[in-house]
Amino acid sequence: MTAPHPDDLRETARRIAGAVPDPEIPVLTIADLGVLRDVRVGPSGIEIDITPTYCGCPAMSMIATEIEIALEKAGLGRPKVATVLSPAWTTDWMTDAGRDKLRAYGIAPPPKGAGRRALFGVDEVACPHCGSTDTTAIAEFGSTACKALWRCNACREPFDYFKCH
Amino acid sequence: MTSIRVTETPLVTYVLRRADDALVLGHRLSEWCGKAPMMEEEMALANMGLDLIGQARALYTYAGEAEAAGHDEDALAYRRDERAYRNLLLVEQPNGDFAVTMVRQLLYAAYADPYWRAMMSSRDATLAAIAAKAEKETAYHLRHSAEWVVRLGDGTPESHERTARALMTLWPYTGELFETDAVDDAMIEAGIAVDPASLRDTWRATVADVLGRATLTMPADGYMQKGGRSGRHSEHLGHLLTELQYMQRTIPGATW
Ligand SMILES: [Zn+2]
Repeated sequence: MTAPHPDDLRETARRIAGAVPDPEIPVLTIADLGVLRDVRVGPSGIEIDITPTYCGCPAMSMIATEIEIALEKAGLGRPKVATVLSPAWTTDWMTDAGRDKLRAYGIAPPPKGAGRRALFGVDEVACPHCGSTDTTAIAEFGSTACKALWRCNACREPFDYFKCH
Repeated sequence: MTSIRVTETPLVTYVLRRADDALVLGHRLSEWCGKAPMMEEEMALANMGLDLIGQARALYTYAGEAEAAGHDEDALAYRRDERAYRNLLLVEQPNGDFAVTMVRQLLYAAYADPYWRAMMSSRDATLAAIAAKAEKETAYHLRHSAEWVVRLGDGTPESHERTARALMTLWPYTGELFETDAVDDAMIEAGIAVDPASLRDTWRATVADVLGRATLTMPADGYMQKGGRSGRHSEHLGHLLTELQYMQRTIPGATW
């Protein structure tokens, strides 16, 4: 048996690692989120870089463990998972597929083009249920650090909004 | 468990100061857990605390690398005595009522927001990377605390009075935000640090804007408290550290 070509190995590792779900929003994979930054085949095995969404994101160590388990299960050995801070994660890295999945899950996706927000600015957020932009912020900080709580004035449903970062 | 001694080069001291600010303020916010005035604030305070403790972790890790004496984030957070802490006196002040907590957050965030934005151009790549993350988080903290200060200041006579009192109580701790010493001078000279004097106008403008909307008067700069950066703290930090460090001091290396 011949060893797989490093490029093939890297792509397989990327696919498996990228499919690891986010522990807090399980409809999204870490590839959808843009948390998976790099996959390399190093001298002593596969090396993977991930980046935190937020500094205090408690999911990071769990994501690293999930990646290790997924790769080991696939017979690729235990990877070296490193956390990199630069460049800083932005919601712009979230894929279009990821945005669609979020909406289908009932979470309004972040707008593209993360800019600086005004101190007392107003965001326009479309309801993920009915699409109306007649919506109101209820709380800036929702069930996790990355989400805010909103309500739709058209269909009256509350919903999570994945904040722009 | 015995305390560690940190060999403080200017870079180590500079990074520890920022790490201590973030940890101590993050810990203060965590003290609201389970007793915030409403469910939404319970989440907000916990989330802001989590952001700050996350920033502290990255900064401690870097301070440990810069010192190169084998001290990791836990050693630096849990095994330094009060006098070795380098945080601003502002962030160690007790939570008081909700007005005190929100005014303290505003005064700090109005500084930290332009500070981290400027630090994104630091010549130190690690600090620039941490700054890029902290800047986004701090922008939310600033906005949240600003909205509350307006709501409280421009609220009932009771909330107005309490917020005005909080402002008077905390104002003497704002001078320290702009203080510099030989450590800062060395870091500014090296292009690693931003000169806090360059942030003063932005800070004042932000605070003045919020206080104006809140129908509150900006206090005059009188006597300013200082000493936190060199380890001379108010009586409150020791109590905070007693709680924060208790577990690791009692059961060294405890994990779960
Ligand atoms: Zn709707």
